[in-house]
Amino acid sequence: MVNSRDPKSTIAAVQHPTVGEAGKTGTWRTFRPVIDENKCILVTSPKARCHTCWMFCPEGNISKTRPPRVNYDYCKGCGICAQSCPHDAIAMRKEEDEP
Amino acid sequence: MITRPDDLPEEELLLSGTRSCAGCSMSLMYRTAIKALGKNTIITVPASCLTVLHGLYHKQSVLVNVIHTTFETTAASASGIVAALEALGLDEKITVVGFAGDGGTSDIGIQGLSGAAERNTNFIYACYDNEMYSNTGTQRSGQTPYMAYTTTTPHGKLEHKKNIPMIMLAHNIPYIATTCASYPLDVFNKFTRAKQFKGTRYIHVLAPCPPGWGYPTHESIEIGKLAVRTGIFPLYEIIDGKMFLSKESEPYLDPRKRLPVADYLKKQGRFKHITQQHIDTYQEYVNGQWDFISKML
Amino acid sequence: MTSGGKQEAEDASRPVPPARETLILTGNHAASFAVKAARVQVISAYPITPQSPVVEKLSEFVEDGELKARMIRVESEQSAMASLISASTTGTRVFTATSSHGLSYMHEQLAWAAGTRLPVVMCIVTRAIGAPWSVWPDHQDAVSERDTGWIQIFCEDNQEIYDTVLEAYKIAEDERVYLPVAVCYDGYILSHTLMPVELMSQAEVDKFLPPFKSHLMLAMSMDDPVGVNPVTVPEPREGFPAYMELRHRMQKALEGAAAVMEEVEAEFAKVSGRHHGGAVRSYRLDDAEVALVGMGSCSSQAKVAIDDLRAAGIKAGVLTVRLFRPFPKRQIREVLKGKKVVAVFDRDVAYGLEGALCAETKASLYGIPDPPYVHGFIVGIGGRDFTTENAIEGTRLAVERSRNREIHDETTWLNLMEGE
Repeated sequence: MVNSRDPKSTIAAVQHPTVGEAGKTGTWRTFRPVIDENKCILVTSPKARCHTCWMFCPEGNISKTRPPRVNYDYCKGCGICAQSCPHDAIAMRKEEDEP
Repeated sequence: MITRPDDLPEEELLLSGTRSCAGCSMSLMYRTAIKALGKNTIITVPASCLTVLHGLYHKQSVLVNVIHTTFETTAASASGIVAALEALGLDEKITVVGFAGDGGTSDIGIQGLSGAAERNTNFIYACYDNEMYSNTGTQRSGQTPYMAYTTTTPHGKLEHKKNIPMIMLAHNIPYIATTCASYPLDVFNKFTRAKQFKGTRYIHVLAPCPPGWGYPTHESIEIGKLAVRTGIFPLYEIIDGKMFLSKESEPYLDPRKRLPVADYLKKQGRFKHITQQHIDTYQEYVNGQWDFISKML
Repeated sequence: MTSGGKQEAEDASRPVPPARETLILTGNHAASFAVKAARVQVISAYPITPQSPVVEKLSEFVEDGELKARMIRVESEQSAMASLISASTTGTRVFTATSSHGLSYMHEQLAWAAGTRLPVVMCIVTRAIGAPWSVWPDHQDAVSERDTGWIQIFCEDNQEIYDTVLEAYKIAEDERVYLPVAVCYDGYILSHTLMPVELMSQAEVDKFLPPFKSHLMLAMSMDDPVGVNPVTVPEPREGFPAYMELRHRMQKALEGAAAVMEEVEAEFAKVSGRHHGGAVRSYRLDDAEVALVGMGSCSSQAKVAIDDLRAAGIKAGVLTVRLFRPFPKRQIREVLKGKKVVAVFDRDVAYGLEGALCAETKASLYGIPDPPYVHGFIVGIGGRDFTTENAIEGTRLAVERSRNREIHDETTWLNLMEGE
């Protein structure tokens, strides 16, 4: 029986959905976004609506939560979130400066 | 129609940790578009950056069915999926979408696209336009704009961009839209609207490319917005032949409101060699484009 | 045109079910009737001579409601095959037909269909390839696609075309195979020539050919999404095969396909009473010392020469190669073992070498003790007649040259203009 999930019986290149297909970002990221909860409007105004950073992340690496959280396993450090935050609440910090 | 970021559906059909470049606006466009399309979609993708985003065998970075096809056959592949779904009586339930780059659309793939559109094949064709063959290392395409550096136009391209949406208009298809990755809400709304039509629907998405265009990764959104604000890339819909300017582009019908093209060109490495004369030519071209649009409205 | 193997099968006593119908059909229309009987779901094709009548007839079937299929009138052969690849992947039985430049234009898609292991079936109505233009028959188009991973079966008469199309689906959809199949037949010589063709009843066909199944049926598993044909890498990852292993599996499937074809033929013979011989078909070879080898129209013509050759003292018979890919090395070895001389008639040229069938026949015989002397002839290129006289002339020359086991590196072409 041909089964694309079984390496022995598969006959064609069939891929299956997996988080982290390309692996974790690892050490090549030079800057990482850090959300300042004192500035994030989702924290400072509990009724405010925003999630602009969540919307703009090209990979969906920011959660739609209060406050939003960055998934550093897969964040590539492009800086789009920091650039697009209407409240200037995200800073790009050098990896080596972060613990 | 949604108007705020948090109106977008929370469920992610694009899975984190893809193989696309940092700051890739195609990735953002795709993530947003498939939120609008939903899981009951079969997508077909030719050789392109999007193939890379989908990942290497045996893992895939999206939660939808994908059929990878050869470079020139996106629309033919979609035609086959549509015919199969019709034969199986599943065409009302499943949306078929072809996603190709600008080269795959306007150069090598235009024959298949034209044929599928002429047959009014029931599918959505989306072209993400990064204005060059980015995946093969940034060579010139029919969508490369005037004076842009590519590896095969080291002194800048001498011709203007090919106007694919207008070519699609000549096919009498029910829905055509232009959008830009920098406006995810507009991307979402246009894919949502396209889903409501039957027949061939064409969406052209401008997708700035940091390594290909020569700007820092964090500026992907800003560059796309400048393309709209200078009037270089107008956002509109054409529904049953009638053009509607999208609200993002509405102000720029008035030439005084358009930012000078230089504001856009000077932010990108691919235009760093251009002269004032080139800028003037570019500006004239953009003005002419709006004269045409004003007649279409 | 009669063939020995078929004749024998017809002689065997069998009841003729009343629901069968015999029509006088061209080879092209024989193919169309088989496609209808196979309940094909998606057809996609582009016009080209001499294939067009296959699809014209199918268009009538579809528009008259006799065949419930979707018909895509694509804008090119490239798109025809690309659309069928995706239609098959989505979960439907598919068909197309083409010839010559249309087939060449499909080349990339042929490799893609085989690499995806899709049970696509296509008729190749064989024709010369330009330049210069020629709409006439030879085997150059089909033979040029021999390395794409398709199974290729050559037919000799219109009944065989009808039967082989039905068998092709059964072979292609066999789990041990899952490969595309091309049913090849000579342009005009068969495509436009009328012959009686017995059509099976729909009930018989349905019993022989169950509804479509394949390893990829995307529309039936929307809740378990996959991606088909992503980028692969040179080395295996996490225990999964890489490109090389997948290609190895494709070759293994091809290597096993001749046996599956023979099984399918046996099953088909039970239903239809007709057996076409499997991978190869012999005509008066049992006592023969000299074997004439050919495919399609070449073998038909060779058969006509046998009486004359035998009357002249050359004990000859014919080996018809039906299955060109996978090449039936074992079957050919078994049949030709012990023969003194083999004359191969190729309606194609592996340019810069010799006829493709000749080269491959020689390769099949390599290493056996006391192998026959093999001589190849290029005939019938671009629709040039390949006559009985040419077959006799070639056979005589092969026999003569075999006496000193002469080696000729240059090719021998028959029926060229004088002085050429």
